[in-house]
Amino acid sequence: MTKLTDLGVAAIRDGFRAGEFSAREVAEAFNEAVTNAKALNAFVIETPDHALAAAEKADADRVAGILKPLSGVPLGIKDLFATKGYQTTAGSLMLEGFEPAYESTVSGNLFDAGAGMLGKLNMDQFAMGSSNETSAYGNVISPWRRKDGGNVALTPGGSSGGSAAAVAARIAPGVTGTDTGGSIRQPAAFVGITGVKPTYGRCSRWGMVAFASSLDQAGPMARDVRDCAIMLEAMASFDAKDSTSLNLPVPQWEAGLSGDIRGKRIGIPKEYRIDGVPAEIDTIWEQGIAWMKDAGAEIVEVSLPHTKYALPAYYIIAPAEASSNLARYDGVRYGKRVSPENGSLDDMYNATRAAGFGAEVKRRIMIGTYVLSAGFYDAYFNQAQKVRALIARDFDRVWESCDFILTPTAPSAAFGLGEKSDDPIAMYLNDVFAVPASLAGLPAMSVPAGLNAEGLPLGLQIVGKALDEQGVMNMGLAFEERADFVARPEAWW
Amino acid sequence: MVSEYRIHGATGEWEVVIGLEVHAQITSKAKLFSGASTEFGAEPNTQVSLVDAAMPGMLPVLNGECVRQAVRTGMALEAQINPWSRFDRKNYFYADLPQGYQISQLYHPIVGEGEIEVELADGSSKMIGVERIHIEQDAGKLMHDQHPSFSYVDLNRSGVALMEIVSKPDMRSPEEAGAYVRKLRSILRYVGSCDGNMEQGSMRADVNVSVRKPGEEFGTRTETKNVNSVRFIMATIEYEANRQVDVLEGGGTIVQETRLFDPDKVETRSLRSKEDAHDYRYFPDPDLLPLELSDAFLKECRTSLPELPDAKRARYRDELGLSAYNASVLTADVTTARWFEELLDATGKSGAEIGKAASNWVISDLFGALNRLSKDITDSPVSPKQGAELLSLVADGTLSGTLAKQVFEIMLETGDDPSSIVEERGLKQTSDTGAIEAVIAEIMAANEDRVAEYRGGKDKLFGFFVGQTMKAMAGKANPGVVNELLKKALG
Repeated sequence: MTKLTDLGVAAIRDGFRAGEFSAREVAEAFNEAVTNAKALNAFVIETPDHALAAAEKADADRVAGILKPLSGVPLGIKDLFATKGYQTTAGSLMLEGFEPAYESTVSGNLFDAGAGMLGKLNMDQFAMGSSNETSAYGNVISPWRRKDGGNVALTPGGSSGGSAAAVAARIAPGVTGTDTGGSIRQPAAFVGITGVKPTYGRCSRWGMVAFASSLDQAGPMARDVRDCAIMLEAMASFDAKDSTSLNLPVPQWEAGLSGDIRGKRIGIPKEYRIDGVPAEIDTIWEQGIAWMKDAGAEIVEVSLPHTKYALPAYYIIAPAEASSNLARYDGVRYGKRVSPENGSLDDMYNATRAAGFGAEVKRRIMIGTYVLSAGFYDAYFNQAQKVRALIARDFDRVWESCDFILTPTAPSAAFGLGEKSDDPIAMYLNDVFAVPASLAGLPAMSVPAGLNAEGLPLGLQIVGKALDEQGVMNMGLAFEERADFVARPEAWW
Repeated sequence: MVSEYRIHGATGEWEVVIGLEVHAQITSKAKLFSGASTEFGAEPNTQVSLVDAAMPGMLPVLNGECVRQAVRTGMALEAQINPWSRFDRKNYFYADLPQGYQISQLYHPIVGEGEIEVELADGSSKMIGVERIHIEQDAGKLMHDQHPSFSYVDLNRSGVALMEIVSKPDMRSPEEAGAYVRKLRSILRYVGSCDGNMEQGSMRADVNVSVRKPGEEFGTRTETKNVNSVRFIMATIEYEANRQVDVLEGGGTIVQETRLFDPDKVETRSLRSKEDAHDYRYFPDPDLLPLELSDAFLKECRTSLPELPDAKRARYRDELGLSAYNASVLTADVTTARWFEELLDATGKSGAEIGKAASNWVISDLFGALNRLSKDITDSPVSPKQGAELLSLVADGTLSGTLAKQVFEIMLETGDDPSSIVEERGLKQTSDTGAIEAVIAEIMAANEDRVAEYRGGKDKLFGFFVGQTMKAMAGKANPGVVNELLKKALG
């Protein structure tokens, strides 16, 4: 018999429904896998009690004839989501020990759908980072290793690095991620899994620790497209508590899945061919284009002329919003407080924020504060907002000639821990292909495409029109059927 | 009309230029962006939602009622209503500000320019421009008296909805500023968008003052924050204007700064200068969509507006025939106007018929009594219905003016209806000519010498006979009938 931990979301759901195994058996198998994988440091906290309680409920429900969409499925929850009664840190010391009295809408939706929680997944601090090295709880180590035998510890990507590592290592069948400028897609690409960032507003941001409000969007990360469709269907909802939530019914994405993409037009944006990107990225991109042709899609060269301004605009807008969103961490009401002896209120703020925030968070707060300052606002923030509008317009125009865009997800395969941590610009460049879709609020996903010469996964990105998650996932399915990506890391942990 | 108010300095006369930013708490059960209650006087931190405490991941959701009230206020000031507006974050750190920013509207306020007509003591009036009205959140309150070395914070007010009503620098004297605030408060209370209660902090003003030689350019202004009564606003202006003149005439310059008013010492003092001013880093709040008002919504706002004080005052004058003074007094406050109108309705007579008498009675008798009892019209011991009954008893001759005053005193004490008081105590006025004539005959017999004097031309003695007759009738005789009969009897 297959190991239960080898099963994905759909397989667990279906096997549980068919009575092939109990939810409890599944939860116990994954709980054990989580415990045995501490070397990956994928979780900030493990919550086996939650997974077991949900499993017991699912088993009892099944006896009573109640089957929910995710009954029997244990999941990992990124530590950016507030989970009632379970520590929620956003990867930061600022929130060490913080146990919310409330459940985020997204995690609540998943639990209402019958899922249990294996633990809170490690992440870059406040979702700021592309390598998981900014976590205050130690970096996650990718389950993948280069074929060179050097055993260099690699990054799982970020900021949803714990999420990516957990799925790749088969210690969670599916997980939540969040994507502000690529934080679902880049780590998914780095570890050979599938990750979907839906249209901005599909998933409620209520209870999700804010990084950059106009960009933050939750999404699923799992082994394949179907698993992502099942999860996204449960995660998404209109939520009156989030004013930017989309007041639209949630489509039945799983039921709508079809790999038949004949006649669809796929745009290849010329601006995404940038200097300095390794040849292996171009090679896999060409391979992806060939697969899409094979699936009956029409390939068209397109132009997104403002692409090169996307990354600078993103690194103005996101820090600007973050500098304001993170002002609430002041030591007054919850979280870390450092009170210097006989200090003033300002002294408390300074000491608390100096101790609570990591270096990257401080860097972005400073950038954000600067670009919003009197005298710089127009030159930076306002200008970036204009660029953002132009980027959205680029996409609007490109949809006249194609239905989807196919690009690399990230400009390289996973890199070694520490390789880029001293060079923020090099690190920020990881997001170069991901941020345009974020700025435009469009649905985008990363699908595994193959391995590079070092045996590391590479992913390609599919971007679609607003609200066309179905089309994006169908493209992903057609891609998946041809890529036939079955590689998985060998367990060393 | 040009204000004559001047500061008389050593170098000549100075004109004062005043602008006010009035913060008015919007009447609403819930806060601007959360469902927490706004009730005044609750125990600290009992009206705080997760949003108000700025817990991680919490998001603001706009309270539509607050928007409606701001729009109605704008309409009452005949101001431009902006169908598209947006919320911005004003970023600064303070312990009473949980989010680390206040959600406000800097770039695109919901209400644009409007104006308010204010009446001045000399009977003239003046238009004061309103620059804008925007909606914003209030902050919490620090409590410094709870612990020897720590300050505590009460977040009950955190997130409560405010309208900031920004005037143009159109006022030129403390009197004009006082009249502006009173008129604004009156309009807000008519509209029902703010209770105008300055003691509870529902309304407070930032007072901008500068001075200049008449006809010259505006001088540098100072802003005195959070002044919470009309009297203090006027005192602030007076103090600031004189202080600025002293500084300028002493060779100094006015620095643009924020000041505080000390009500005990009746003076202002510097809080922070422009150099120390916060850089608020305003930017559009990404948690909120732009606010777009539909035509149907705007229409509902407009049709729900009540008759406003200026219109009401004109109507009282023109249709009820009230004096300008009475019309002003009765329309200044919405509760008075409502009370007065209920009274009119209850008389069942037309306003033109009873309005004038009713207004005189409310202003002299009722207000006099309430004043004496230190009561507000809202807790008047006499209801409008009872007042109307009293007025009707006078109008139909049942009670004389004197008797009516007696009955009113008893009403104040007992709360009884005037008709039952009249019934029980036999206070009915008599027009029984036989009874009155008998009394007059007795009085004339007892005062033959005075009768002779009167008949000899001493007309003034008529009043003596009226007084004697009324006295003998225990005040119950109809004075008109007494006059008539006395004239006949005295010849």
